[in-house]
Amino acid sequence: MTTKYVGARQKRTEDPRLIQGLGHYVDDIKPADSLEVVFVRSVYAHAKILSIETEAAKQLPGVIAIYTGQDIAGKIGSVPCASAIEGLKIPPHPCLAVGKVRYVGEPVAAVVARNKQVARDTALLVGLECDPLEAVVDPEKAAEKSAPLVHEEYLDNIAYRWQLSGGDIEKAFREADRAIKTRIVHQRLIPAAMEPRGVQARWLPGEKELTLWSSTQIPHLLRTQIALMLGLAENRVRVITPEVGGGFGSKLNVYGEEALMGWISMQLGRPVKWMETRRENFQATIHGRGQTGEIEAAVKNDGTLLGLRYRIFADLGAYHQLLTPAIPTLTGLMLSGAYKLPSCLMDVTGVFTNKVATDAYRGAGRPEATYAIERIVDVVAHELKMDPAEIRRKNFPKPADFPYSTATGLVYDSGNYEPALDLALKRAGYRALRDEQARRRKDPKAKLLGVGLSSYVEICALGPSQAMPAGGWESATVRVEPTGKVTVLTGASPHGQGQETSFAQIAADELGVDLNDVLVIHGDTAIVQYGIGTFGSRATAVGGTAVYYAIQKLKDKALKIAAHMMGTEDGRVRFESGRFVDVKDSSKGLTIQQVAGESYNAKNIPPDSEPGLSATYFFEPKNFTFPFGTHVCVVEIDRETGEYEIIKYVAVDDCGKVINPMLVDGQIQGGIVQGLGQAMLEEAVYDESGQLVTGEFMDYAMPRAHNFPRFELDRTETPTDVNPLGVKGVGEAGTIGSTPALVNAVVDALAHWGVRNIDMPLRPEKIWKLIPREP
Amino acid sequence: MTPPVHAPSSVLIWFMLCCAFWKGIRHHLNNRSAALATVGSTSGFFSIEVALEESMTHRISVTVNGTRSEHEVEARLLLVQYLRDVLGLTGTHIGCETSLCGACTVLVDGEAVKSCTMLAVQADGLAVTTIEGLAAQAGMDLHPIQEAFWECHGLQCGFCTPGMILLSAQILARDPNPSESKIRHELEGNLCRCTGYQHIVDAIQYASKKSGSRDSSPRG
Repeated sequence: MTTKYVGARQKRTEDPRLIQGLGHYVDDIKPADSLEVVFVRSVYAHAKILSIETEAAKQLPGVIAIYTGQDIAGKIGSVPCASAIEGLKIPPHPCLAVGKVRYVGEPVAAVVARNKQVARDTALLVGLECDPLEAVVDPEKAAEKSAPLVHEEYLDNIAYRWQLSGGDIEKAFREADRAIKTRIVHQRLIPAAMEPRGVQARWLPGEKELTLWSSTQIPHLLRTQIALMLGLAENRVRVITPEVGGGFGSKLNVYGEEALMGWISMQLGRPVKWMETRRENFQATIHGRGQTGEIEAAVKNDGTLLGLRYRIFADLGAYHQLLTPAIPTLTGLMLSGAYKLPSCLMDVTGVFTNKVATDAYRGAGRPEATYAIERIVDVVAHELKMDPAEIRRKNFPKPADFPYSTATGLVYDSGNYEPALDLALKRAGYRALRDEQARRRKDPKAKLLGVGLSSYVEICALGPSQAMPAGGWESATVRVEPTGKVTVLTGASPHGQGQETSFAQIAADELGVDLNDVLVIHGDTAIVQYGIGTFGSRATAVGGTAVYYAIQKLKDKALKIAAHMMGTEDGRVRFESGRFVDVKDSSKGLTIQQVAGESYNAKNIPPDSEPGLSATYFFEPKNFTFPFGTHVCVVEIDRETGEYEIIKYVAVDDCGKVINPMLVDGQIQGGIVQGLGQAMLEEAVYDESGQLVTGEFMDYAMPRAHNFPRFELDRTETPTDVNPLGVKGVGEAGTIGSTPALVNAVVDALAHWGVRNIDMPLRPEKIWKLIPREP
Repeated sequence: MTPPVHAPSSVLIWFMLCCAFWKGIRHHLNNRSAALATVGSTSGFFSIEVALEESMTHRISVTVNGTRSEHEVEARLLLVQYLRDVLGLTGTHIGCETSLCGACTVLVDGEAVKSCTMLAVQADGLAVTTIEGLAAQAGMDLHPIQEAFWECHGLQCGFCTPGMILLSAQILARDPNPSESKIRHELEGNLCRCTGYQHIVDAIQYASKKSGSRDSSPRG
């Protein structure tokens, strides 16, 4: 195989249409006779529905129909939850509220009209009359026996309790020299993909076929669930994923609106369109994170970690979405982090609250784990007066320990954490920074300097099907057309990650063709074989591997045809430098295009060979993969105001082999900014009555370009043997590494005053309050 | 207890109608009726039927990407809606309703404007450039800034990209040789959730260098 494209900084084949504004996102799909749908949503966090008045609204010219929960009762299935935790309470989740509303933004009615203006005007006239109930907002309070019940069929608001333990945690705390703890708060976050959700639905009454264009990350899984919810034959439902303007996990889901849109189109025999407003996106698209608790470390005085115990309340929201209860369990799985941890205990209490559901958001449970671990390691380092870099180094597993079995039951595939740490420290100029920090601490006029480390390991390339709710494999079909063009159908569902390019790089190298002769197709369930979709940093590690194996199958067949065409035996033919050559006479050779042409012409193919040149592969990974790295964040804090600035940020990330370094850099930079967004700026706030106070971009501080310096990125490359590409996945690593690096830096700047913890987001006011003032 | 119906849209409508009045837009008061009226479009492919309780449409003439066309529009129609729904130019995107994300950025008489903050009637007589028209305006297949975004991987999902590219055109028009710090501040009005902004900054610097006006001074 020639390596011309893999590993190269290849410009994306996606870009020409996107930079010209010629891509089609779901709102750009406009069947001429489509109607518009606007949802009426609850303005109460918790209330009994007394009545929904639609008569006045129906009088407006241009209104076609108004549907409420009563109209769809028994006709559309519950919004699905795929989590199977023992003892989990799964309340019914109707697509339109029935009896009660349980969060601000819960859909109550669907208005269908000739155009969006009429639909919006009409929605304002729908009268929702409610008897308000007390809302529960704080998960710890919601867990109390006396709390108002979100779901009255249960005795309390505890959806589940879950524990994961490994080793002997009690022994660890008995043998420890010290037990050190810190509070951990993961505030709720709004994923805020730049494109909100949207659905264009089209039911064809004659063909009895439903097509849904949806801004989703999981077209095939969505197809299956919609078919089940609507009682349709699965092979008469088609999901088409157009361009998707970002997902970050928030579109790894099955939303009630998606099923409703299909149902409405079926009722009316007309196409219908719904586009979420940003306000709806804030209220009714899943939120990220939402964990509060305390982590405690059992340590020896020399800094050896003996065990970690982490107890949290998980703020699940009023209903489950697809993976809501599962996310905190991923936190427990990764409690070992980058360290040799003999014992651990994760204790989760998942609680219903009067808010929208939490679910997967970039990192999905793993940022929560890394943050807790990296924060407690820093707290321990400061307590023991140890250098934060040295305490980490001391507790890393060594290369000889890999594959490394963790106390949580995972097997880390490969890892070499020390070189990444050393490279990050070197790039940051760590020693000089510590010297400078010491100097400034003596100078009351100098800005404070803080250095924060984060050494993370994360679990991705989800994953072995045994551990996944709906299968964790990925599929690919690769075919060479009669004229020699190559078509790759992938079950992955990229929404900005660039697999149209990176999979073409793999295919072009493997088949010896030009990159521009390879077309990668995804997202249409009528064209692409069943796939699982894109999330959990799996597209290249799992989806790319499926492409690779499909190509090997295809080349095996092509070799036999080539040998036959050259009049020689299979054993004498090899694929070299883009051609099938006869090893005894390498002047005789055939390209894959020539072989393809003959395979369809079928006049000179082996008698036992099928015509055509196409192969499909479903790749089942035998393990997750475990990328890792160290980030170093340096902040300067103004003593007078508490304002701070990141003056240096170094990220050394190891995601195994790199297919396209430009794409990997892009993922890391984007991930870092999202992680820093949580640390510095973002917080989804509900007040005590359950109103979402941060309801628009006006109130929710999004990271912007001027908030950050240029990041310095570097890499180590430790391949994995989980797949033949040696690729681990990198989509979430930046987010996982960055959040604790920033918080550790700010706390570090104030540590000499005894500051041990500051809750995120780190607003200047919080920092200012911790700085001692002259009396 | 009947709650007050949360009605931000009607407040916005009244605010914009007042704005239209104070901007001195001439009204053509006609066809006050509850009948359906059809607003035509240049391509004929897209049509918006508007139900008008009290109809007030205005005839506007806007030159978009070099082509002048006339339409009857409601006062409350946003410029971004006019571009997308009436003219079918869907490259300009809607990312919020509070003018904070910048996905809707276009050039109006050469100036970067968030087209969700303008009414279509306010664009009467003006020239608008959208992402679809940027390259043609430069007389080439791709504008240098588009080339730069492609070269530098300045986009991932592409949703913020048209707005970013048009904003970048203004940044470089005003300062052909901006420092990194200046670029980052100039980008304050536009959100990107995918890239982390670094490759967007790279793209603007690349376009600046390519246009020949960048010297070899270090990034500031």
